[in-house]
Amino acid sequence: MEALLHFLPEVWFVILGLFLFLYVILDGFDLGVGILSLTSSDEERRSILMTSLGNIWDANETWLVVMAGALFGAFPLAYGTILTALYMPIFIMIFGLIFRAVAFEFREHSTNKLLWNYAFGIGSFIAALGQGFALGSVIEGITVDVNGHFIGSTWDWLDWRSLLVALTLIQGYVLIGSTYLILKTEGELQKIHFRTAKIAAITTFIGAVLITIVTPIVYEAARTRLFSAPLVYIFATIPILGVLLIWLLIRSIDREEERTPFVWTLLIFLLSFIGLGSIVFPYVIPTQITIYQAAASPSALVFMLTFVGVLIPIMLFYNIYNYIVFRGKVVTTIQGK
Amino acid sequence: MDFFSNTVALTRMQFALTAIFHMLWPVLTTGMSIYLVIMEGLWIKTRQPNYYYHVRFWSRLFLLNFGIGVATGLPLEFQFGTNWGPFSEAVGDFFGSVLGFEASMAFMLEAGFLGIMMFGWGRVSPLIHYFATIMVAFGANLSIFWIVSANSWLQTPTGGDMLNGKFVVSDYFEAILNPFMINSVIHMFLATLETSLFLIGGISAWYILKQRHQAFFSLSLRIAIATAIAVAPLQIYLGHLSAEQVAKYQPTKLAAMESKWESSPAGQPADWSLLAIPDEANNRNSWELTVPNGLGYILEFRKNLTVPVPGLNEWARDDRPKMVGLVYYSFRIMIGIGFLLVGVMLWSALQWYRGKLSPTEIGSQKWLLRAWVFAAPLGYIAIESGWIVRCVGRQPWVLYGKIRTADGVSNLPASNVLTTLILFTLVYSILLITTLYFASKIIGEGPNLELPLPGLDGQFVINTEPGELVPDRRPVEAQQ
Ligand code: HDD
Ligand code: HEM
Ligand code: HEM
Repeated sequence: MEALLHFLPEVWFVILGLFLFLYVILDGFDLGVGILSLTSSDEERRSILMTSLGNIWDANETWLVVMAGALFGAFPLAYGTILTALYMPIFIMIFGLIFRAVAFEFREHSTNKLLWNYAFGIGSFIAALGQGFALGSVIEGITVDVNGHFIGSTWDWLDWRSLLVALTLIQGYVLIGSTYLILKTEGELQKIHFRTAKIAAITTFIGAVLITIVTPIVYEAARTRLFSAPLVYIFATIPILGVLLIWLLIRSIDREEERTPFVWTLLIFLLSFIGLGSIVFPYVIPTQITIYQAAASPSALVFMLTFVGVLIPIMLFYNIYNYIVFRGKVVTTIQGK
Repeated sequence: MDFFSNTVALTRMQFALTAIFHMLWPVLTTGMSIYLVIMEGLWIKTRQPNYYYHVRFWSRLFLLNFGIGVATGLPLEFQFGTNWGPFSEAVGDFFGSVLGFEASMAFMLEAGFLGIMMFGWGRVSPLIHYFATIMVAFGANLSIFWIVSANSWLQTPTGGDMLNGKFVVSDYFEAILNPFMINSVIHMFLATLETSLFLIGGISAWYILKQRHQAFFSLSLRIAIATAIAVAPLQIYLGHLSAEQVAKYQPTKLAAMESKWESSPAGQPADWSLLAIPDEANNRNSWELTVPNGLGYILEFRKNLTVPVPGLNEWARDDRPKMVGLVYYSFRIMIGIGFLLVGVMLWSALQWYRGKLSPTEIGSQKWLLRAWVFAAPLGYIAIESGWIVRCVGRQPWVLYGKIRTADGVSNLPASNVLTTLILFTLVYSILLITTLYFASKIIGEGPNLELPLPGLDGQFVINTEPGELVPDRRPVEAQQ
């Protein structure tokens, strides 16, 4: 029984990590494409960018809803506390996502396409910004009382460290968005995205290096944890692997390979995720509330696991099918109505 | 002012605003998707092009509506954490799990197949396309099941009990199958279907009145009428069952729905109030029009009540709903619309029976067509009213009888909530106006009867060529 009480929250920690990871890479390239569309002065390119997402943005965003629902059910205390503490960044994200979503539908029917292109691009940017601040503040830690309730203030989330995380996340999204577009476009357009991918790869790298240096210096709690076994090994390998992957990524971009940049980017995201996960574990509100304290009752965790666990492969299956149906390049034939 | 510095009031206001606005969109997503399943099925069966063009025409409205539904659903989900933290913590075991199911079973299914349904024509075979349409409809209606089950549990929390401020579940299936669940899910399901049918019928009637595509739209109007014949009367019956269950489990809400201040004992008849002006300050109605002995007939089909019906004065002011007038009139609006829609349906059925609805004659049924146009938005009003009865009537509880609304609210500075409330008001007003504008544009353009028909017999094989060789030929500009 004791073992089960530990095991179940850990399973849910991993499942939530999976959902979050899927969300970050899938909606990550959506949002990245959105941000990239702001740099385009040409209607045809913007059309291609939006068309490449038309059939999937909704499914991608739904991973966020799935993640939130699972967090609510598995760690209710964390759901209440974290979201209340991050009131502003969450609503920044929500308003960004609202604009992003409606831009797809409205642009379709509008004669003023430019307006909705901006709604799409700026919405994506704002959403990514909100997510970055939220992520940054969770890593920094949230002020809670002994019961795990938020007692900080409204602006706690805003400082230069969370800004650094937010900017890096945006760069990461632009990177994955660019490599996705390398897959989906051809010719001149593809060339543009090789260039943006390279720039984003470099800026993401700089951001990641800064975050890696800053975290142990600024946070005492993180320092003692990171420099003692077993975390020290993880903390030592991840930067090495990271540098290797970035090098492979930039090399594949330079060689103008089509698929590998996307794959290397995925691996970079995965690596950062594993790094983050192992720093955060076993906390859900670092470094104060553990997953064991915040977890719902074991019966709830089992109940959810039986329903949601079974569904994970099914969800993955039809999502992949969707990508198979719409594989290939987006070509435009701008047609008047 | 007091209101602007009161976090609880602002939070409730924000939830009400966002819920009421969200509720406008799932109506078509769930109801119209069923209609699309019917139409596409008819097309596959008969291969008549008109059915196909109907599918393509209505799915444009469907997609427009869908995007807004998704966008406005997000704030609801996140608000439970941001604005209702203590509530989430207390009910997470059950309520959170159910929202998780809704997302992973229903939303994902819908979203996963929507792309194929909207953009997959010509990319997959008609049968696979039809499967995608069915999955979208199934996912959408499954989300009704889960969310209404969750909400019903807020009305009748069974399957466990409060322990140290948290709801501890002892039996999950008892909680899902709480006493309100079955009736409410069916009532809600029929509500979205009925509203969609009257919207589709109303738009079709408008085209016929304008003498555009008369034969084409008399088809959709007749399908709407044929389905409404089954749905509209059934909805009244389910409404009746809903009222009975409220009477049984939520006496404070029933008293507010009837603006009933004094109790009626068992064994005697009681009047049913048709119209009234509630006077909350003095705990009475300042004016009232009643149907003598009506209440017994409505609740129990007999003159004398066998169970006493308590009035609002039985409870302390803090233990019963405020805004009695709102609940009372919302309830009457819903009932009124329910009967009105049945009336329109009966009139249409009569004319159909007399052979007046054939494509050639339907154009002369001016008044009937006008009635349909008039009825188009009424379902929406009934739905919003029904939810106001349900949510405002539940007050002062967020979890009926267990957790008070005021105790569920996150401890946030009022200025935060005020900021987001103002933003929601602005953004949602813009969204509503823009959507109506684009919807009327789609309707103005009318159906495109020149689209190429996808082949039915060109059996689709999963393409095995390398991806690069299969160009994504979705036209970039809207070409539905
Ligand atoms: C087209 C929509 C529609 C129509 C015509 C009706 N209703 Fe309704 N009603 C709803 C749509 C709706 C709803 C929006 O779907 C509600 C809100 C919550 C729910 O489950 O259903 C609802 C709730 C609701 C409730 C509240 C249940 C609660 O608080 O728990 C009652 C008592 C009724 N209805 C009764 C009726 C009666 C007596 C009707 C007709 C004579 C009627 N409804 C027609
Ligand atoms: C089925 C899903 C729904 C759930 C789980 C739900 C839950 C809630 C919760 C938690 C509150 C805040 C606490 C309270 O004030 O009692 C609330 C309030 C409210 N909801 Fe619902 N709701 C749902 C659907 C709706 C819909 C669809 C509408 C309207 C169309 C609606 C209208 C309202 C209103 C008007 C209030 C404010 C009541 C007040 O504070 O006086 N709700 N609901
Ligand atoms: C009776 C009330 C409700 C019904 C019938 C309903 C139904 C639906 C449906 C069918 C969708 C799919 C998209 C669309 O319709 O356009 C949707 C979207 C959504 N709803 Fe609601 N909903 C209700 C209330 C709520 C409440 C109270 C919440 C809060 C938890 C909520 C959260 C969401 C979310 C997060 C989405 C977006 C899902 C996505 O990304 O695909 N809904 N809702």
